[in-house]
Amino acid sequence: MTLVLAIPKLTNNQIAWRAAQDIQDGAYVNLGIGFPEKVAQYQPPGREAIFHTENGILNFGEAPQQGEEDWDLINAGKKAVTLKPGSAFFHHADSFAMVRGGHLDVAILGAYEVAENGDLANWSTGPKGVPAVGGAMDLVHGAKRVAVITDHVTKDGKPKLLKRCTLPLTGVACVTRVYTSLAVIDIEGGHFVLREKLPSLSLEELQAVTGAELHVTGPVADLIVPEL
Amino acid sequence: MDKAVGDLATAVAGIADGMTVMIGGFGGAGSPIELIHALIDRFLATGHPRDLTVINNNAGNGHVGLAALIEAGMVKKLICSFPRSADPVVFTELYLAGKIELELVPQGTLAERIRAGGAGIPAFYTPTSYGTDLAKGKPVAEFDGRPYVQERWLKADVALVKAETGDRHGNLTYRAAARNFNALMCMAATETVVQVSRIVPAGGIDPETVITPGIFVQKVVEVANAQQEEDLNRANAVYPGVA
Repeated sequence: MTLVLAIPKLTNNQIAWRAAQDIQDGAYVNLGIGFPEKVAQYQPPGREAIFHTENGILNFGEAPQQGEEDWDLINAGKKAVTLKPGSAFFHHADSFAMVRGGHLDVAILGAYEVAENGDLANWSTGPKGVPAVGGAMDLVHGAKRVAVITDHVTKDGKPKLLKRCTLPLTGVACVTRVYTSLAVIDIEGGHFVLREKLPSLSLEELQAVTGAELHVTGPVADLIVPEL
Repeated sequence: MDKAVGDLATAVAGIADGMTVMIGGFGGAGSPIELIHALIDRFLATGHPRDLTVINNNAGNGHVGLAALIEAGMVKKLICSFPRSADPVVFTELYLAGKIELELVPQGTLAERIRAGGAGIPAFYTPTSYGTDLAKGKPVAEFDGRPYVQERWLKADVALVKAETGDRHGNLTYRAAARNFNALMCMAATETVVQVSRIVPAGGIDPETVITPGIFVQKVVEVANAQQEEDLNRANAVYPGVA
C-alpha cells in the first residue's frame, strides 16, 4: 500500500513565485526551458532582472501575440519571444562564455533528482530513446548561484532529494539551493540545510518525503506564498 | 575580388562524398534551408554527395531542411547537442534502427569546439560534463583546484551558413538570434558558403556593423525572401515533396 500524504503543497506557479523573490535588481538570469520559464512572470515590482537565453539574446521579453512571431527571435526552447529595451544579440560562443565564465548571477533549472552534495540529474532518464543534452551541462557551471525548482517528490510519491542521484548526472556538486513544493533548502557542506517549510508541515513529515537528512542549523521560516 | 556566386547549385558544388559539413542555425533560426535543399537536389540527380558527417545543434524538424537531408539518406553521422524537436521523427527512426551515428555534445562545448577549430586551438579544458557520462574517455586535469575535461576542436570541409547582408568580399551581418552557430561555423570550415538575403557592393556594409569578416567566407549566394523552417513545418511542408 502506498501512503499518500494528504498535505498541501505549492503549485508550480507558487514555486516559481518563491524562486523569483530571491532574484535581485540588476541580476543576469538564465531560466531553463519549460517550468523554470515561469519564474520570469513573478519578478517583484521595482526590480529589473535581465534574462539570458543560450541561443544568443540578453533581455528578451514575453511571447508575442499569435501571428506576430518572428522566427529569428526565439528562446532556447525555440518559442517566439520579444525584445525589451536594452537587449543584445550574440553568437553561441559568447553566449556560453557568459555561462561558464561566471557572468550570470543565477541559473534556475528543473530536476529529476538532486543529491545532498549538490549533484544534479536533469537531462536523461536512462539509456532508452534518443539522448539529448542541450545546454544543461553547461548551465550548471559558472553561474554564481545554481538553483533548482521542483516538486518535492516524483509523480508516484518518491523523493527527488536524495543522498546520491540514481539517474545520469548533469553536473557534480553544482546546485546551491532547491525550491520545492514543500520547502526551501540550501546545499552547504554536502548537506541539505532546511531554510523554509510550509507551516502546515512538521519537520518529521517533511523528512519522511526527503531521501537524505535535512539539517537544521538556524531558524526555519514559514514558506508563505500567495494564491496564484 | 568577388565571392558572389550566381546560383545555389554552384554554391554547394564543393561538397563531396564523406565530407564533414557544418550547418548553421539553432532550430529554424538561421537555418540555411535553400542551401540544404540545393544539396538534396544534387543528390537526387546524381547520387552524391552521401555519407556526410553533419554538425548542427539539432537533428532537424519535420521534413524540410536538415531533416530532409537526413531523410534523403545523405547523412551517416550527426554531431549535435539536442537531437529532439517538435517533430524529430526522421532522425529518431533512423537512430533507433541503428542507421545513423550520433555524437552528443553539450551545447556550449559544441560552440567552443567549433570556435577552437576556427581559431587554431586543437584542444581546451572546460568544466562542462565533468563527472558525467559525456566525459567518459576524455582526459581530465585540475586547474586551481577544480577538475576540467579536455575537449578537441571541430573543423569541417564545408560550412553552410545563413546571414542577412553580405558584400562581395564576404563580410556578413546577421538578423536577430539567427547569428547563433553561424558566425562560429564560418571560421571553422575550409570552404564557407553563405546564403544572404541581400548582396551589396564592397562598402555597402558599415565596417562597424560587420559580424563575420570576409576572410572567413569563400562563397556568397543571394536568396531573397528565404524560407523559415518553422513556417514550412506549420504548413506541413515536405522536401522535395511529391512531383
